[in-house]
Amino acid sequence: MSETADRVKKIVVEHLGVEADKVTEDASFIDDLGADSLDIVELVMAFEEEFGVEIPDDAAEKITTVKDAITYIDEHKA
Amino acid sequence: MRRVVVTGLGLVTPLGADVETAWANLIAGKSGAGPITRFDASNQKCRIACEVKPAGHEFGFDPNKRVDHKVQRQVDPFIVYGIDAACQALEDAGLTEMSEAERYRAGASIGAGIGGLPGIESESIVLHEKGPSRVSPHFVHGRLINLITGQVTIKYGLMGPNHAVVTACSTGAHSIGDAARMIAMDDADVMLAGGAEGAICPLGIAGFAQARALSTAFNDQPEKASRPYDKDRDGFVMGEGAGVVVLEEYERAKARGAKIYAEVIGYGLSGDAYHVTAPHPEGSGAYRSMEMALRKSGLALEDIDYINAHGTSTPLGDELELGAVRRLFGDAIGGLSMSSTKSAIGHLLGGAGAVESIFCILAMRDQIVPPTLNLDNPSDSCAGVDLVPHTAKKRQVRAVLNNSFGFGGTNASLVMKPV
Repeated sequence: MSETADRVKKIVVEHLGVEADKVTEDASFIDDLGADSLDIVELVMAFEEEFGVEIPDDAAEKITTVKDAITYIDEHKA
Repeated sequence: MRRVVVTGLGLVTPLGADVETAWANLIAGKSGAGPITRFDASNQKCRIACEVKPAGHEFGFDPNKRVDHKVQRQVDPFIVYGIDAACQALEDAGLTEMSEAERYRAGASIGAGIGGLPGIESESIVLHEKGPSRVSPHFVHGRLINLITGQVTIKYGLMGPNHAVVTACSTGAHSIGDAARMIAMDDADVMLAGGAEGAICPLGIAGFAQARALSTAFNDQPEKASRPYDKDRDGFVMGEGAGVVVLEEYERAKARGAKIYAEVIGYGLSGDAYHVTAPHPEGSGAYRSMEMALRKSGLALEDIDYINAHGTSTPLGDELELGAVRRLFGDAIGGLSMSSTKSAIGHLLGGAGAVESIFCILAMRDQIVPPTLNLDNPSDSCAGVDLVPHTAKKRQVRAVLNNSFGFGGTNASLVMKPV
């Protein structure tokens, strides 16, 4: 598992209050982890803070799974 | 009109996070006051408060018991306290699992005086330092006063009246009175009713201190600071927490064999129309609020055995309330006991009227009245009134009156007695 994946999963566990083993790379924030649309806004903000990246709204809308987040961050972080 | 009874109680207070612990500590004469620990208060005029104690403390509050982790992260403390107290009340009433038909007739009226001030304060700093794109998407609905009602009704699927009172320090009493009327008027059969507050933050303490409302002379002796009716009183001590009751239509409660604590028989409300913070100089609003509640109850003055006073420990307010009680009760004042439990738990603002109504109910259950702590040298105006100094007092308690008065000149009084 990459370092990015570890840090992403830690943020997801903290923000959504879910068990760590449920946060697989294929897990959907809404369908599998009980998030609503505002939780995703908050998650994206947390990713931006943690990794120093900017995730514009149109990109954020396409982030629906844990893997989507990891991929976007790895492609855009400094 | 349909009769309304209390069938469940829930408390989160500086003296305990459940009904029996808080009540036992109150009767034992303990104080919930101490130095402020939530933030560095060293530059404040007032550096003391009655904080809800953390989990692990002998009478601390563990939010993880009843409030989801995610909700805790998103909302201000007053909402967490309110949700927990509401859950306790429903559990106590045995009403956590109601049918869909019952839930259409069940609602909530849980308010607050100030709401999410700590979160407004901290998020303002985020906005200032990091800009609008860093403001939490949960900022608004994590601070709004009606969001205890919102959260609790979602959690339990309650689809009846969805209400939240905002009348400063009268909130808790108005919440119970209004909800009782909704049941009496056939708008609902079951209502969660009460109030909460959690405003112990730099802005909250500074604001009330600047309004000259807080005690500032006892920073080195926090437990001595809240001293209603005492000559040395110099302002209130801020408390926090929540009180919520389950109100239920009497025939329904009787039919299901519910434990019935008390009946809400009188509700009075009035306005001072005088000044934003100072009470009316003749206690006119307080008098009319109490008079209305008593008139509606059908009781005689002599029937009231205990008054839980608003009694915040401010120089002016205590005097005027006592004067209004004296005028209303006349000679009957000699037969009753009147105490201020704010001497022990501080002033819970929007939660006060609900928490204190629960103390009134427990006073009737156990036939004992809680004390007014620190009443070492009563003001001259206190002569001839039993203010229950220092220690709780065993006595007959047939019916009770609870007073709550708030900024803006808003007054509420409740009369209750056993069924």
